[in-house]
Amino acid sequence: MALLEVNNLCISFGGLRAVDDFNLRIEKGELYGLIGPNGAGKTTVFNLLTGVYKPNEGIIRLDGEDITRKSTTEINHEGIARTFQNIRLFKNMSVLDNVKVGLTERFKYSTIEGIFHLGKYKKVEKEMDEEALRLLSVFGLEEEKDTLASNLPYGKQRKLEIARAMATSPKLLLLDEPAAGMNPNETQELMETIALVRKKFNMTILLIEHDMKLVSGICEKLTVLNFGRVLCQGETREVLTHPDVVKAYLGE
Amino acid sequence: MNLTKKSKDNLITYGIVVAAYVIFQILSVTGNLSSHMKGLLVPMTYYAVIAVALNLCVGILGELSIGHCGFMCIGAFTSAFFSKVTENTLPSALRFVLAFVIGIAISALFGFLIGIPVLRLKGDYLAIVTLAFGEIIKNVINAFYIGIDGKGVHFSLKNSMELGLEPDGQLIVNGAMGITGTPHNSSFTVGIIVLLLSLFVVLNLVNSRDGRAIMAVRDNYIAAEATGINVTRYKMMAFIISAAIAGAAGVLFSHNITTLTASSQYFGYNASIMILVYVVLGGIGNIRGSVIAACILYLLPELLRGFSTYRMLIYSIVLIVMMIVNWSPKVIEFRKRTFGKFSLKRQ
Repeated sequence: MALLEVNNLCISFGGLRAVDDFNLRIEKGELYGLIGPNGAGKTTVFNLLTGVYKPNEGIIRLDGEDITRKSTTEINHEGIARTFQNIRLFKNMSVLDNVKVGLTERFKYSTIEGIFHLGKYKKVEKEMDEEALRLLSVFGLEEEKDTLASNLPYGKQRKLEIARAMATSPKLLLLDEPAAGMNPNETQELMETIALVRKKFNMTILLIEHDMKLVSGICEKLTVLNFGRVLCQGETREVLTHPDVVKAYLGE
Repeated sequence: MNLTKKSKDNLITYGIVVAAYVIFQILSVTGNLSSHMKGLLVPMTYYAVIAVALNLCVGILGELSIGHCGFMCIGAFTSAFFSKVTENTLPSALRFVLAFVIGIAISALFGFLIGIPVLRLKGDYLAIVTLAFGEIIKNVINAFYIGIDGKGVHFSLKNSMELGLEPDGQLIVNGAMGITGTPHNSSFTVGIIVLLLSLFVVLNLVNSRDGRAIMAVRDNYIAAEATGINVTRYKMMAFIISAAIAGAAGVLFSHNITTLTASSQYFGYNASIMILVYVVLGGIGNIRGSVIAACILYLLPELLRGFSTYRMLIYSIVLIVMMIVNWSPKVIEFRKRTFGKFSLKRQ
């Protein structure tokens, strides 16, 4: 059984079919790339997968369970975490607290215990700190734990966003243009980070990317979108040399 | 015991409040405080309390409410009603504690009820609707006539004659005339205790998983949703706690005044905006700043009464100076250099 199974997904905005008859199968442990020219509908697919938009048609199954009509929050609880194309951190909170927000649903004590710092509060907060620091160290951010998120350099903000997503302990991680706005060195470092996340957490990853070097370097399978439709799907090398894909990217 | 930076910061806040209490008590006992000044101490505490409540809503939750005096009004009237009814049947300490419980609980309930429609809105729209609810609460309470006699509770929206009270009956809420003769249980000490408790609740909340979730919603609700935070739940939680604390300020208010009326002076939008001024000048999200700003800005116009003509001029200059000191990047930088780690820091 595939981890993520998307069948016949469609959404229209007014008269525009932004995504049309989209199908996708991602097996556990795969690193899957979603590419396509600007405006092809890649981010719309992410928004459909995470419940930001509700599809007009189609079914999304995660681990066999239908999550099509669920809210963004519920879908996160089911096991999909994501990052955003334009970084969305909790800017006025510390790096550590950003990750601890991601841990909210995994480490629990009641509101009353929280307000009066009673009962499980101390123990659970300590566990949260340890878990958050463990995650931050994976991404090399433990030194900056008390820095405000907005004061981090760009590349580290990207990493923090991934760390926060990982804190919710997802089954599937969606990365929306993780290398956007990065120089080649930072992109290289990011590729290593993604590879590390995958190995260390045995994570299944779906990413949107424009940087072909990154895509061909780490993705095993690709889906190419063009004008909201799947143009081509399969192994990375085959897809990138497919005549239709070359045409969509480079023109006739 | 190793203290984290946050808990050290919190201890400083409690320390400032306790120090202020001790200083004012000493001044009062040694007879250095005029009776006019003594009369300002309790209002100072309840304005500090409601400033803390509003900062939870504006600074921590990030939703601009300009109707918070409405919750204070609910807390004031429900608790005064209770105290008046049970004046002769309950010992005063117990009655006052119960008055707090009732005032806080009913304000929280109204926080929930008003929060359902209001929290669906954002930004300016939310501010305007909270303003409207604040006014509605005030005006509705102005139309209430409630009396009690041997047969039970009588209620009318027309006038006190409509109640048809028995000769032995007691008129409790007399429309725009409000509630007269609520027992004077509020004191500076009680006010400081309530202030410390509300500080305790808000500062602890901020350092808990619920508080972090609330601030996450403030900073980026789209990311908060995608991180598994139930946005509606946490917005509601912050709004209810904020309303409850505002209700506690109302209980202090009503038990410090002989005639409680739902007048614009105390519960209108002007009063709500005045409290917003405390919060903004003290620093949005800076709880300690709210307390300090509320105390200074409440006392100042009162202390300047001697300068009658120049009173409002001096007050406005102080407002401008406070704004510059708290918000101008250059001044903040200067303060950091000069005072180092002792400088007040925005959260």
